[in-house]
Amino acid sequence: MSRQNALELAQLTKKYGETIAVDGINQLIASGTYTCLLGPSGCGKSSTLRMIAGHETVSSGDIVLAGTNITDLPPARRGTAMMFQNYALFPHLSVIDNVAFSLKMKGIARDERRAQARTLLELVDMASYGDRLPAQLSGGQQQRIALARALITSPQILLLDEPLSALDPFLRLRMRSELKRLQLSLGISFIHVTHSQDEAMALADQIIVMNGGRIEQAGTPHEIFDAPRTEFVARFMGGHNIIALDGAKYAVRADRISLASVPLAAGRDAVVKAIEYLGTTVNVSLDMEGAPEITATVSDSAFFAAPFEAGQSVSVAWQRADAHELAA
Amino acid sequence: MSVIPTSASGAKAPDLPLAASARYRLVRKARDGERASWLLSSPLVLVLGIFLVLPILMIVVVSFWGATEFSIYPAFEFDNYQFLFGSAVTYQVFFKTFVFAAITWVFTLAIGFTVAYFLAFHVRSLTWQIALFLLCTIPFWTSNIIRMISWVPFLGRNGIANSALLQMGLIDQPLEWLLFSDFAVVLAFVHLYTLFMVVPIFNTMMRIDKSLVEAARDAGASGLQILTNVIIPLAKPGIMIGSIFVVTLVMGDFITVRFMSGSQSANVGRLISNDIALLQYPSAAATAVVLLAMVLIMIAIMLRFVDIRKEL
Repeated sequence: MSRQNALELAQLTKKYGETIAVDGINQLIASGTYTCLLGPSGCGKSSTLRMIAGHETVSSGDIVLAGTNITDLPPARRGTAMMFQNYALFPHLSVIDNVAFSLKMKGIARDERRAQARTLLELVDMASYGDRLPAQLSGGQQQRIALARALITSPQILLLDEPLSALDPFLRLRMRSELKRLQLSLGISFIHVTHSQDEAMALADQIIVMNGGRIEQAGTPHEIFDAPRTEFVARFMGGHNIIALDGAKYAVRADRISLASVPLAAGRDAVVKAIEYLGTTVNVSLDMEGAPEITATVSDSAFFAAPFEAGQSVSVAWQRADAHELAA
Repeated sequence: MSVIPTSASGAKAPDLPLAASARYRLVRKARDGERASWLLSSPLVLVLGIFLVLPILMIVVVSFWGATEFSIYPAFEFDNYQFLFGSAVTYQVFFKTFVFAAITWVFTLAIGFTVAYFLAFHVRSLTWQIALFLLCTIPFWTSNIIRMISWVPFLGRNGIANSALLQMGLIDQPLEWLLFSDFAVVLAFVHLYTLFMVVPIFNTMMRIDKSLVEAARDAGASGLQILTNVIIPLAKPGIMIGSIFVVTLVMGDFITVRFMSGSQSANVGRLISNDIALLQYPSAAATAVVLLAMVLIMIAIMLRFVDIRKEL
């Protein structure tokens, strides 16, 4: 991960009147990486992306790309390209002219720009659709065209605003792997805004979790999931129990909690409330002192080797290293 | 329907009456549906038939009638048309009508497009868009005639415009061409009909996804390039509908031309109204038929350029 062509956000702030959408965030995004901005709606992730793209003015702070301050540059001169949530394809232009649009704006002759657009269409496997209108394409196909149109400007960074949210679940999975493949083969940075943890974990080299206009935590998917730094991250990523002990709060992964009907070393007493069978795993809901609502995820083989029942008293334990203290 | 006979023939004897009645019910249902659609469309057919088609047919019929100085009589003769096409005045007046329509079209389009563009793309909040849009319509709460007459004290020989220009020392003599001139006619047309351009163009522009403008900016388009490459192509249907409104209104007008030109200018509408004043109905009808044909041809030509069906 080189710092050379990195994108740097410094004290980046966006205010809409009195409301603060993005609150002085600082972040380094290395070049050639896949980064996901993750958070619930209204957390400031889209505003951040749109500021990087240049479609939203920056209230204060700077955006630096490869050593150049691009904060006040127009969108097309930043080295970024954006893929819009609803794809924003021009409905009156054929697929090939949509892809060639930015070249037309630069005044490149028709034959040349079409030839270039054709190579981009080949990249996204849409070469045979050049003459169609966007309305004649399916959602997934429209997305490929939007990708090709954004990539024809040879951006250093591709910005994707919830690119998969308009697709059905099956297509979403397919496009997800295709985005990753494309990012690896092009070697440029992708910054992808999403509210789906699964999407972020599957795609990202780096996840930036945002909440209330601030960055809660940034790190690799493993870091974020395994050791959430705040209660918000633990709850938002899911699969964690928040346990209050000795005046502090800890996050413990549900699958790191051991259960036994006999007392465990350093074990705590709890009562089984409910059991949820999920196939490969079983979720056991427990009522424990200091944590009235915790879940232990047990593999199905372990569960059926020694099943529990609702109402049963059990002993709950976890490794010390698995309990991550949360920032207040 | 083919399913019914198969299932009936395949069924056992006791089921047959049932199947037959089901078939009967289905047939009746289809017939009822057909009858219902005829009934549903009949009010409109009746209204259009009685108030549009019939009068036009009447006009066409009367245009072949004959007339003397004091009477008209049913006939089938081409005298009216012969006279119409034989007179140089007809060609001049038709030409003048086209000129009025063309000039008015250019100005209403320029102003209407600008206003609609401002409302749709520069005014950010919906509340202000609606407020400003209503503001545009306020003059239309008064009648055409009143709005026309209100120009008279402004443009007259001793009107506001002339006295202001005299006071500023820009002219020594009052401008004569301000009122009762072709200038005044076009001015009034533009004033009266610009809204008919604004409304449909604004309507299509409001349907343009704002992210398309962003996408164009992202691709490096300048403001002018966005206008010519994205907004104008997508606003075309609205432009075309507005153009049809304006052209048909101007082509059919007679009162504005009479008032604002001080009866010094003529268009086809005035030709017809003069004929009617002289009770020369057959001649008026013939002129009306020719005018109608002209306007229809113009609209047909316009519709060849743009598909407005997706707007309706």
